[in-house]
Amino acid sequence: MGVLVYLAAGWMLLVALYGLVTSRNLVHAVGCLSVAQASTYVLLLAVGYRDGATAPVFSDLAPGSRPLVDPVVQALALTDVVVGATVTALLLALTIQLRKRYSTLDPQALTGLRG
Amino acid sequence: MTQADLLPWAVAIPLLGAPVLAVAGRVLPRLGCDVLATAAAAGDVACLALLWSRIHGVSTARLGGWPARVGIVLAADRVGAGLALLVAVLVLAVLVYSWRYFDEPSGERAGLFPAMVLVFEAGMVGFALTGDLFNAFVFFELMGASAYALTGYRIEDPRPLQGALTFGVVNSFAAYLSLLGIGLLYARTGQLDLAAIGRGLAGRPPDLLVVTAFALVVTAMLVKAAVAPFHFWLPDAHAVAPTPVCMLMSGAMVELGVYGAARIYWTVFSGAGGVPHDAFRHTFTAFGVATALLGAVMCWQQRHLKRLLAFSTIAHVGLFVTALAALTPDGTAGAAVYVAAHGCVKAALFGLTGVLLDRYGSVDEHGLHGRARQLRLVGVLFTVGGLALAGLPPFGTGLGKALSEEAVSSSAGAWLTAVYVAVSAVTGGAVLRVALRVFWGVGPRPAEDHDDDQTTGEGEEPEIRGPLRGLPVMMTAVPGALLVLGAVPGCVPAVAHAITDGARALADPALYRRAVLGPPAEVRLPGAPVSSAWTVEGVALGCVSAAAAILLGAGSALRPLPAGRLLRLGVRALRRLHSGHLGDYLAWLAVGVAVLCAALAAQA
Repeated sequence: MGVLVYLAAGWMLLVALYGLVTSRNLVHAVGCLSVAQASTYVLLLAVGYRDGATAPVFSDLAPGSRPLVDPVVQALALTDVVVGATVTALLLALTIQLRKRYSTLDPQALTGLRG
Repeated sequence: MTQADLLPWAVAIPLLGAPVLAVAGRVLPRLGCDVLATAAAAGDVACLALLWSRIHGVSTARLGGWPARVGIVLAADRVGAGLALLVAVLVLAVLVYSWRYFDEPSGERAGLFPAMVLVFEAGMVGFALTGDLFNAFVFFELMGASAYALTGYRIEDPRPLQGALTFGVVNSFAAYLSLLGIGLLYARTGQLDLAAIGRGLAGRPPDLLVVTAFALVVTAMLVKAAVAPFHFWLPDAHAVAPTPVCMLMSGAMVELGVYGAARIYWTVFSGAGGVPHDAFRHTFTAFGVATALLGAVMCWQQRHLKRLLAFSTIAHVGLFVTALAALTPDGTAGAAVYVAAHGCVKAALFGLTGVLLDRYGSVDEHGLHGRARQLRLVGVLFTVGGLALAGLPPFGTGLGKALSEEAVSSSAGAWLTAVYVAVSAVTGGAVLRVALRVFWGVGPRPAEDHDDDQTTGEGEEPEIRGPLRGLPVMMTAVPGALLVLGAVPGCVPAVAHAITDGARALADPALYRRAVLGPPAEVRLPGAPVSSAWTVEGVALGCVSAAAAILLGAGSALRPLPAGRLLRLGVRALRRLHSGHLGDYLAWLAVGVAVLCAALAAQA
């Protein structure tokens, strides 16, 4: 896979940043945050990838018989998914509540806090 | 119990207490919830106090019995354990403070607020005690998620929702940046333990990957610490969060960001193959001074009391970062004392602001002019808090400021001392100005200016229903006790000595590495102790900044200070930058990361 996958992770991060900076809808903004997080999955999995290796599951595999991909980064990515799900759910709940109270989803229409 | 037994309990007690409270809150009466929550918080304070008093170098606990290269290690020196203790003390104070604070017919929700505070505590304590980089990320997000939820606690009001969303998106985005950095470090070294990564980096000369990884990881810490230009979320979140939550965020959470940056630099990147000391010193001194000055200027401009205190926190964070950036044991020691005392004093000031919000439903300096005359005790405490913030001896803030000044002036030049004095005087002066106007009605009522670029603080929803009841005793007793605690490091030499002595361990990565990667045994701290006593110069500078604060506060309360047109334009431009728009804040975050990367890469 080489360097391309790292570039892809960086590209996803920048796309997410662009989306967040220009966002006119909070649901879209929370989605962009998930894209930023997806870039971390790509990077983590790319770090653990090995050519010709298989999954580190030993139920049908004798230890040492084949090269394996790194299970640590997969565990990290899984933990990351859990963390991301919590944060996304919380932010979306706040967004729904905001829509109820303010009847807008445009972050640029929120002017209660400034200076 | 040994330290290795106490370490996991420090995280486990609040983590176990939270679900118990959330479930028991459905059946228990209000009093039962309060007793449970206070017991959990007090238990954690006792656990951490025991731990803190017993640590002499670095104590470790290998979770599940796995060594550091495989498993996760909790590692505490005096600074980490001390910060965790500060967190636990403030959580206890906050829970006692809010005994009657959310005194609404909450039904099933009675145990929910203290339960969330305990989860928040678990995240903060875990972050301070962990020795594993990925684990630190998880705790970072745990304290983040509970802080977002607590900020938006009052979901009936639109502004808390806006503040919580901004806070959440900016902090989580920064956390993902740090995870990218962690991934890069793992790719290079195959390790996640702080000490093991540090050892792994030492093999090769530093290159762009190491610098990028450092910039990414430290960005999350700087966002949490609210260092300019990453600070925009903080005043918005503080302006809208319930007062007890502000006490925790300003008093401890923000400081944990500063600690995280220092811990990661010292343990991972300070050796061979990391980021050179000079590069870190110059870059972070610049960031620190810019943050301190910006925070002070913006603090002076505020009329919304919580925003004023929030900007004062930003200004002080700048001072902490500057002291840590000296990269000497003295600087670290100064910052440690400063953080400990500042946390107590700032939490006390927020608590007293909560009294105003409770009584008058407003935190607007102009609207409250002269209205709080009958709250004499609160006024006196608020004034004392302002003086402590300005660094008046014998408060711990004064001692921390004096030690920091000494450290930075010997490493970077005497001009930095002027920054410390000026920033302390302006932030203290702003608080004194508020105290004189609100509690004593000094000076004319400020003219109403219809400036769209500011948050006034009028028309706040009172955080409690039924203001007819008397003022709960705890709402003044707790801030009073916190102010006394803020004076302890400055008045009791043994405490100051314990804090500064422990700070040497933070600045000694070899010690940490030996403790975490070596055979399991307590590693003791070698070398000469750093000074922790008042000096004549320190007392004099503390008195100067306190006197300047009094002059500024009294002067501006009596008569609006004259300001040139250019100055007004400059201040106006600064205020416009704090636009409240999520997109702007993230754009500034991107600029900050770019500047950080460029500055470090140019010097590495």
